[in-house]
Amino acid sequence: MLRKGIALAALGLAFVTGPALASGGGEPLKHMSWSFNGPFGKYDAGQLQRGYKVYREVCAACHAMSLVSFRNLGEPGGPFYDPEFKNPNDNPVVKALAADIQVADIDSETGDAIKRAAVPADRFPSPFANDAAAAASNGGAVPPDLSVIAKARQGGPDYLYSLMTGYRAAPTGLKVGPGQSYNVYMAGDLAAYWSGDAHHVPKGGFIAMPPPLAAGKVTFDDGSPSTVEQQAKDVSAFLMWAAEPKMMERKQFGLGAMIYLLLFSVILWFSYKRVWRNVGH
Amino acid sequence: MSGHSTYEPKTGFERWLDSRLPILRFMNDTALDFPTPKNLNYWWTFGGILALMLALQLATGIVLAMHYVPHVGHAFASVERIMRDVNYGWLIRYMHANGASMFFVAVYIHMLRNLYYGSYKAPREVLWILGCVIYLLMMATAFMGYVLPWGQMSFHGAVVITNLIGALPIVGEPITTLLWGGPAVDNPTLNRFFSLHYLLPFAIAGVVILHIWALHVPGNNNPTGVEVKSKADTVPFHPYYTVKDGFAISLFLLLFASFVFYNPNVLGHPDNYIPANPLVTPAHIVPEWYFLPFYAILRAVPDKLGGVLLMFGAIGTLFVLPWLDTSKVRSMRYRPTARLYFFIFVVASLVLGYCGGQLPDDPVIGGVSGLILLDADINSFVWLSRVATAYYFAYFWLVLPVLGLTETPLQPPESISTPVLSHPAATPAGAAASPEKRG
Repeated sequence: MLRKGIALAALGLAFVTGPALASGGGEPLKHMSWSFNGPFGKYDAGQLQRGYKVYREVCAACHAMSLVSFRNLGEPGGPFYDPEFKNPNDNPVVKALAADIQVADIDSETGDAIKRAAVPADRFPSPFANDAAAAASNGGAVPPDLSVIAKARQGGPDYLYSLMTGYRAAPTGLKVGPGQSYNVYMAGDLAAYWSGDAHHVPKGGFIAMPPPLAAGKVTFDDGSPSTVEQQAKDVSAFLMWAAEPKMMERKQFGLGAMIYLLLFSVILWFSYKRVWRNVGH
Repeated sequence: MSGHSTYEPKTGFERWLDSRLPILRFMNDTALDFPTPKNLNYWWTFGGILALMLALQLATGIVLAMHYVPHVGHAFASVERIMRDVNYGWLIRYMHANGASMFFVAVYIHMLRNLYYGSYKAPREVLWILGCVIYLLMMATAFMGYVLPWGQMSFHGAVVITNLIGALPIVGEPITTLLWGGPAVDNPTLNRFFSLHYLLPFAIAGVVILHIWALHVPGNNNPTGVEVKSKADTVPFHPYYTVKDGFAISLFLLLFASFVFYNPNVLGHPDNYIPANPLVTPAHIVPEWYFLPFYAILRAVPDKLGGVLLMFGAIGTLFVLPWLDTSKVRSMRYRPTARLYFFIFVVASLVLGYCGGQLPDDPVIGGVSGLILLDADINSFVWLSRVATAYYFAYFWLVLPVLGLTETPLQPPESISTPVLSHPAATPAGAAASPEKRG
């Protein structure tokens, strides 16, 4: 009876977990093997550090990350976590990275708007003063905030990686508008821009972001080859960390909780058998 | 709450209290000594599971409310602050979000168990109706809770659902205005949804107390559907069912934990991690999974008002169910024909849930284009929804009333103990009696 119940519940969940999320049109995503996959997955600090560099030198020019602070970089699970500095505000690497960036502030003496070097407690500054300025500088499209982007797209880091490596030359017969790029992983319906065979409309869609990455665009401190794939993979991992900084703590906690509940279930099962031993039912 | 109380005060203080406020007597008679049919199976453990889920939702929700900011400009960031900066905030929030889903998993199983074993029939009609009230309150609470993070699905879901109420004649517009608190879904809407989302769970808790009261007057139904005839048919609730429910609860928590710790976002929609933007409508607005069957019913009707009425009718039907089923036999164990229709009903409900998550005009079987019937291809989710919707209503309004009069049920046993005694355990008294049978 119980087994049937679990099977039914599983069936029910299988039914409900996939409400049409892919709004269609894009190629199936590339599935990467991430260090943080699976119940024991962990972030790879080296990869997150490279990813931060890609974000800082490439993405940050247009994309805000307003929910992330410099101190987060030095927290457990983060790219620059150092067990020696329990308080990430004391972490010299984090302090130095923050000091590289200028943030807006108010001079408390004069009340004037000033720029000063950031401290770990500061949030990542946004590249544009507001959405209107962001749109004006980017052909009318506001570059989305990247703080939780890895949770805000179906496929998460697989989607981000696929998108950043999914730029292709538009096939003949596809009319790409000004300020647009063709990307095979972008959701969209290209039928209206396609003059070729109506049964073979190219997959993918148009994206206002030009190809952001290029070979050699970022020099990695650990000597990793600076290919588009490497940059895309590292920055996708970094964005996953930014969206879910407590993932390692969560999985660790979960292991303990699962073991506890499993043992508790076994004890209750035997208690149940013992309590009911004299009852015919 | 009914029958003879077995409570005996043991200490002087208990005697003193018992003659002033017999709360210990009440607790003893409801939760410890309550005579419970001894043949309840695991489908009966979901009542206890639901009580626990309500308690967990209340506890986690109260903590979340300490950190959440109900303002359109701050709600999204405050939820993320809970995830990042509040100690164990990620745990509390993921428990609350996934707890809502688990709550609905349990309530749907609890309701289907009711349908299968005919627990809604006399003398338990009020018990069933109170359960329907709880379900309705749960849906309102869950909907408003989903709006609070103020993501894209929160906002646009709120717009769609509040607009539906506006389709009702006469009362629709005033209700919508009251819900919105202004000309559109905006900050006042978020504020009142937060207030109501905090209030309604306590209303649920109140109705749960009535639900348990109404349970303890006639006592539990059981898998045979035969009323308890003698003391031999029952065991005291404690320890027999506390331990059995406890075991089931522990297994259910394992399922819950596997979502919270390893797949916390799989039951949600990625778009709700995009801050709400009234100017950008998501490509595909879908409610949470537990509303999808009703969403499919809504969209099965080409007319807006008709869809809304049918959707509410699907829930309203449940309230009159005790008077629709004409069969005198409660349990479908002894109603082979009804059982068949019941399983088709379960499949139809799952199909509706699936259709609710798809685009109505998409083909069910890819690549095949069938006949256009009325407004849509027959090979489309809208037509599949229509077929399943028709079955949903036919099951309650046609199958159950007619079948009770026409079918020939099997003979239910004389009493709960009879089927047990007809398979006497071949073990001496005192040893585990038929351990292979778990009831």
